[in-house]
Amino acid sequence: MIEGAPWRRWVFFYVPVTGFVVALLFPFYWMIITTIRPDKELYRPWNSVNYNPFWTWQPTLEHVRDLLTTTLFSTWMLNTMIISLAATGISLFCGLLAGYALSRLKFRFAGLIGTGIFITYLVPQTLLFIPLSDIIRNFKLGDSPWALILTYPTFLIPFCTWLLMGYFKSIPKELEECARIDGAPRWKAMLYIIFPVAIPGILSAGIFAFTLSWNEFIYALVFLSSPEQKTVPVGVTSELVRGDVFFWGELMAGALLGSIPVAFVYSFFVEYYVSGITGSVKG
Amino acid sequence: MATVDAVARPQYVRAPRRGPITRLLEDERRLAFCLMLPTIVLLALFIAYPFVKGIELSVTDTTVGVPGKFVGFDNFKKIWSDDIFHIAVWNTCLYTFVTTVFKLALGLWLALLLNRHFKGKAFMRAFILLPFIIPTVLSTFAWKWMFDPTFSVLNWTLWHLGLIHGRINWLGDPSLAMISVIIVNVWRGVPFYAISLLAGLQTISPELHEAAAIDGARAWARFRHVTWPLLLPVTLVIVLFSVIQTFADFQLVYVLTGGGPANATQLFATYAYQLGIGTGLLSQGAAISLAIFPILLLVVIVQLVYIRRAETL
Amino acid sequence: MARVAMRSLNKKYDEVHAVIDVNLDIRDQEFVVLVGPSGCGKTTTLRMVAGLESITSGHISIDETVVNDLPPMDRDIAMVFQNYALYPHMSVYDNMAFGLKMRKFDKPEIAKRVQDAAEILGIEQLLKRKPRQLSGGQRQRVALGRAIVRHPQVFLFDEPLSNLDAKLRVQMRVELKKLHERLGTTAIYVTHDQVEAMTLGDRVVVMRDGRIQQVGDPMELYNEPANRFVAGFIGSPAMNFAAVRIAGANGGLWAESAGIKIKVPARLKDRLDAYADKEVTLGVRPEDLRIASDSDDKDLNFPVTVEVVERLGSEILLDVAVGGTSMVASVEPTATAKVHETLRLAVNPDRIHFFDNETEAAI
Repeated sequence: MIEGAPWRRWVFFYVPVTGFVVALLFPFYWMIITTIRPDKELYRPWNSVNYNPFWTWQPTLEHVRDLLTTTLFSTWMLNTMIISLAATGISLFCGLLAGYALSRLKFRFAGLIGTGIFITYLVPQTLLFIPLSDIIRNFKLGDSPWALILTYPTFLIPFCTWLLMGYFKSIPKELEECARIDGAPRWKAMLYIIFPVAIPGILSAGIFAFTLSWNEFIYALVFLSSPEQKTVPVGVTSELVRGDVFFWGELMAGALLGSIPVAFVYSFFVEYYVSGITGSVKG
Repeated sequence: MATVDAVARPQYVRAPRRGPITRLLEDERRLAFCLMLPTIVLLALFIAYPFVKGIELSVTDTTVGVPGKFVGFDNFKKIWSDDIFHIAVWNTCLYTFVTTVFKLALGLWLALLLNRHFKGKAFMRAFILLPFIIPTVLSTFAWKWMFDPTFSVLNWTLWHLGLIHGRINWLGDPSLAMISVIIVNVWRGVPFYAISLLAGLQTISPELHEAAAIDGARAWARFRHVTWPLLLPVTLVIVLFSVIQTFADFQLVYVLTGGGPANATQLFATYAYQLGIGTGLLSQGAAISLAIFPILLLVVIVQLVYIRRAETL
Repeated sequence: MARVAMRSLNKKYDEVHAVIDVNLDIRDQEFVVLVGPSGCGKTTTLRMVAGLESITSGHISIDETVVNDLPPMDRDIAMVFQNYALYPHMSVYDNMAFGLKMRKFDKPEIAKRVQDAAEILGIEQLLKRKPRQLSGGQRQRVALGRAIVRHPQVFLFDEPLSNLDAKLRVQMRVELKKLHERLGTTAIYVTHDQVEAMTLGDRVVVMRDGRIQQVGDPMELYNEPANRFVAGFIGSPAMNFAAVRIAGANGGLWAESAGIKIKVPARLKDRLDAYADKEVTLGVRPEDLRIASDSDDKDLNFPVTVEVVERLGSEILLDVAVGGTSMVASVEPTATAKVHETLRLAVNPDRIHFFDNETEAAI
């Protein structure tokens, strides 16, 4: 703790920390409050009299209901879930194999390929989305979840590979050597010994990949066109706005519900997520 | 020679037969090749190939549905003389620079605050990361609602605190729009900086601080001479990632302002989208996307040099 | 029958020539120890036998089969590592069963073998535990158990006792020896500790800088070291060395230096004739020096000044100064010697060694 008088603790610690917490979490509070406020309370100008925006005495679920019944929101949730899980699966698979090869096997182009993968991590999606849209169209993948399931790994794999490489490096090589002497061929030693020991790393990479997939926007925006195919971020952006009118209640309900799966997964695996960030930064 | 216990005298067992695939994969290089194959195929198909295609697009005059013919550097000449492009470049640089500075400063402050033992620390860490976890588009909508000219809660608060007398048109006023966008980006990025820097801080042995304190250094001096230099490598890596992401940012601006008002918040990515997908001028959009690349490369190289230098200190 | 033969074995890592022309024949059921300082190539040699390092040139054969190109899984060997290398996510039982599963043994056979091995090592009650719940000594036993369940042709040991505390090390050394007596499997053991080498090995191979210095049973190495390095490496406290000059006088040969003048014993006289008027190195072990009594032959003792007296209980070590160099003498615990005292030390003439100054070989 900060040394010194209690007032110093308050000024230099409690006040700033509270300030940060309020600033960082307020938008979510606002999301929740807006979702449960009835329309007539929502659409009152900011300088009306007797207006308290921070609380409601008549909470309602009408926005949520409208969202789920009159829009394709549940379809979008399903799409996003499937795409995220599939992309995460593919990326973990590729990342595990590549991470193992790069960190534990000796082969001629290891350094070059490792650098190459690192570089692709630095290539942002906004650089590639235009030519990619053309390619997706040519492969006849347009407007289907496959367009995303196959392209998301491009930014997920480098990260997973990198994270898992760090993990593998910390596993002593004697474990593998012993397994090979015990009678295991290389691939079995990898599968039965190294991978199980690296499970914390796999969880970290998986969770990170899942949240990154859920968060992706531009590819989903460009490659998907029909409303039934859209993911939550794109659906909420394009379908919940009719003309110039924003249906804020439903929008916030959509934002809230759309965030829940990610927040849910995250809450169970906070430690793994944090070690994912710190691992990637230190590696 | 050793005597042998009759019961324990072992029988030598032959190794089992191995299938041909196992034999093949036993070779280190072949196994590595097989393991790397899926990754290389995916990345080649969906990163290397599009990159090349992007270059090809940018030197033709393709539009949606109409294949183009080779036009050399025409597209680049067009965007070079395009006023909006200049604005986009300026905006992107400004946006990246300002947000990075604030994210670093605030993130560092928060990391220093959290680098102590107090009740609920784990809780705090988990909650603080929320802005980073929740899908950008969704939280950006919350901000858009908060910025709404007629219904803004921010306006309500500031009015009730007596700080303003008329409304603030956060997103509609060209001079304010950039500030609003910067605020949201900083809001989103601070947790990432804070948690990463916190991890970096925790690798600094407390003994170093204690030794400095005994040597007579007060808090600020300790920070400048012990904490900051040791934190530098981690900081540079974080900044590198963040700069690249921010430079190519799209979602935030698209949702909040779409690039307006009057191109006040137009960035590289949003302009490329507007031209390429919005109006279907694929080649020009591709040219803009590619124009990012040299600048990005420059930024990356400069930072990598710094990182290399900081690590060898 | 599991004999191991190494012929002209070489290992190069880029410019580093780690193992140079090693030739060794290991007999069936023999316990051979490779010993030497760090970097001498002993571990690299062991790993080549295991198949974990590729062979640059030469070959290794196990029982007439050249194994150079066989992967470790096909060589029917077992290895015990310095850090135990237990699979952390598996129970002790599964750790021991892993190798058998890889070789497609059926379940009842696996259960029987694991149980047998566990009994031999006294770890039956640990079978369900995970490695992190075990002490260092227990982990070492599990590592041993994992090796013996497979009944391999050769055991390989890579400094298995180095991570144990001193007391446990002595205990495990005895148990290893008993185990070998019981099982009789050929074994190659690598260590940097010459005590382990002497107590465990049927034969000991001393290595230095990639080459074999000497191969022989422990007493051979102790009594007849082939060169100065082996002489100084084996035995604790180490052999004393002094630079002397061979001079002929009074019909005999003398070894002389600033503080020493000793008559060369008859058995060595012929060999040292060629070194008359030349410099050689004299070697004598601390235990072969004693405090001279007046009745001792003056040709075989020399004056020294006591610098430090170390009483160990079972012996006394005297660190003495002799004409510019120091020596250590190990004398009986009842000896009376005081610091700064001058006395005479007598050497046992049957136990003096001479070494050529250029080749370092024993004369």
